[in-house]
Amino acid sequence: MVTEEKHTILEARNLTVGYSNKKGDSVIGKNINFSISKGELVGLVGANGIGKSTLLRSLTGMQTPLNGEVFLNRKNLVEYSSFQLATHLSVVLTEAPASKNLSVLEMISLGRQPYTNWMGSLSEEDKKAVNTALKATETASLAHRKCFELSDGQMQRVAIARALAQDTPIIILDEPTTHLDIYHRAYVLKLLKKLASESKKTIFFSTHEIDLAIQLTDKMLVMAKDKTYFDEPCKLIEAGRFDTLFPKETIDFDGKTGRFIIKK
Amino acid sequence: MQTAQTYRTHFIVLFLMLLVAFLVNLSMGSVSIPLGEIVSVFLGNGASKETWRYILIDYRLPKAITAMLAGGGLAISGLLMQTLFRNPLAGPFVLGLSSGASLGVAILILGASAFGGFFGTMLLSQWSLVIAAGLGSFLVLMAVLAVTFRIKDTMAILIIGLMFGSVTTAVVSVLSYFSNAEQLQQYIFWSFGSLGNQSWQGVLILSICFVMGLLLSIASSKSLNALLLGENYAKSMGLHIKRTTFIIILATSILAGGITAFVGPIAFVGLAVPHLVRQFYKTSNHLVLLPAVLLCGSLLMLICDTVAQLPFSEFTLPINAITSLIGAPVVIWLLVRKRKLFF
Repeated sequence: MVTEEKHTILEARNLTVGYSNKKGDSVIGKNINFSISKGELVGLVGANGIGKSTLLRSLTGMQTPLNGEVFLNRKNLVEYSSFQLATHLSVVLTEAPASKNLSVLEMISLGRQPYTNWMGSLSEEDKKAVNTALKATETASLAHRKCFELSDGQMQRVAIARALAQDTPIIILDEPTTHLDIYHRAYVLKLLKKLASESKKTIFFSTHEIDLAIQLTDKMLVMAKDKTYFDEPCKLIEAGRFDTLFPKETIDFDGKTGRFIIKK
Repeated sequence: MQTAQTYRTHFIVLFLMLLVAFLVNLSMGSVSIPLGEIVSVFLGNGASKETWRYILIDYRLPKAITAMLAGGGLAISGLLMQTLFRNPLAGPFVLGLSSGASLGVAILILGASAFGGFFGTMLLSQWSLVIAAGLGSFLVLMAVLAVTFRIKDTMAILIIGLMFGSVTTAVVSVLSYFSNAEQLQQYIFWSFGSLGNQSWQGVLILSICFVMGLLLSIASSKSLNALLLGENYAKSMGLHIKRTTFIIILATSILAGGITAFVGPIAFVGLAVPHLVRQFYKTSNHLVLLPAVLLCGSLLMLICDTVAQLPFSEFTLPINAITSLIGAPVVIWLLVRKRKLFF
């Protein structure tokens, strides 16, 4: 049973991500290796422009990697059709829904699309999944509000609820704590932690809240120039992986407290 | 919260209103025909005057049906475009379809002098106008579809549609510069739009276009709902973006292209009706919005046509002017009241 617990669900081997165009490939991140087990909460950190979003897009099949492979349940990601992928992997993006006129309930219900019939009507099972998502994110009281009436913090919870309604073993989030106040940042990260430990969801998210991520995550992927490091947060601190993330003359990492300190 | 029950009542009310507007539209015109006579003609008992029966069956009935098909079809294509381009200002004509139709008709009418004499007059029959308009919008559609296969960004498609529009408008102005007053007048009359003078054959072809476009729209309602979240989210839920975009543009083109070919360019219905419907229906579900938009579009067009007839007079106003006169204030009123235009 122990091997079952340690079942690898998402894995990257020698992954190179970036964009290819006529002039050739523009590599954004390379030598990316990691393997995430079921029920793990993994944070992705790195400086702006280092390629976090590009990596996430490559993992969710929105973009093809330049080199290397991504394995989902030991099967190459390219072998999944977009429809199959939708039942394995859901996303929370930085973009707000295109239509702000959607009600919260409608937006969360749309997460059931991979399971509904051609008309998109909700079965009893679908309604149950939507209710579970509403409860888990404490958004039930917002259900009949329109998206344009929500605060950033509420909107983020609704976006996570939509991903939960999609009921996939893996959830990938792109900077879920951006634009949020400190309470909501903590709230969202704690919610993710809870989903990983209690519902056994595998959660992979990019963030700039490095100190909060160090406290909460099981593993972290640190993206630096030309190299990425994947390990438990305390081991990454020991190895000094956070020290070189940013220019030392402006900001320095304190290994004892796990915080960044501004150089006076 | 609005439930399926309330939607059903709404639809029944709308349908009854449509029925009333339909009968009123039939009874109004330069010749006033009493409602009782209309019912009697439909029941097959004939009217007390043979001319009334003729006017009803061969003129007013095809006109009223054309009005409903045109209003409903344009409103649906407006809804499709607003969702596809995620832009509240999109309408059926942003793809340049009406400009394409105008170009076809302009080349036919304004270029007819080049053929001269008998051949020139033969070219100008009603069917040749329909064919020219249809060909024009079809060619623009093909160009737009070719672009959608190459370009992923829907906003780029929108801009390209607008560019096609400007190019065709420019060509039309060059053509009109070189043509004589009579031809110019004929072209301008076409551009006013006209619901009348439809043969039953024309109504049949229009209905076929309408049903095809409607079926495609209903079939894509789930995809349209997914697109409300944005392309990336829709993709993450397993939607084929390219295939969906293609089907939606195809549906719009069949609807808007076919209608424009038969009744000329009709402004504002496609843009305004979806916004009107969103005021009354607090949902974004296209399975509810589609029938609502269809009924409202038909209703609005019938009313516009009744107004255009100028009841109790012999004049008929251009339908395109009436839809703009009613449509533009509606959009302004919505904006002022809501301060924001959602889609």
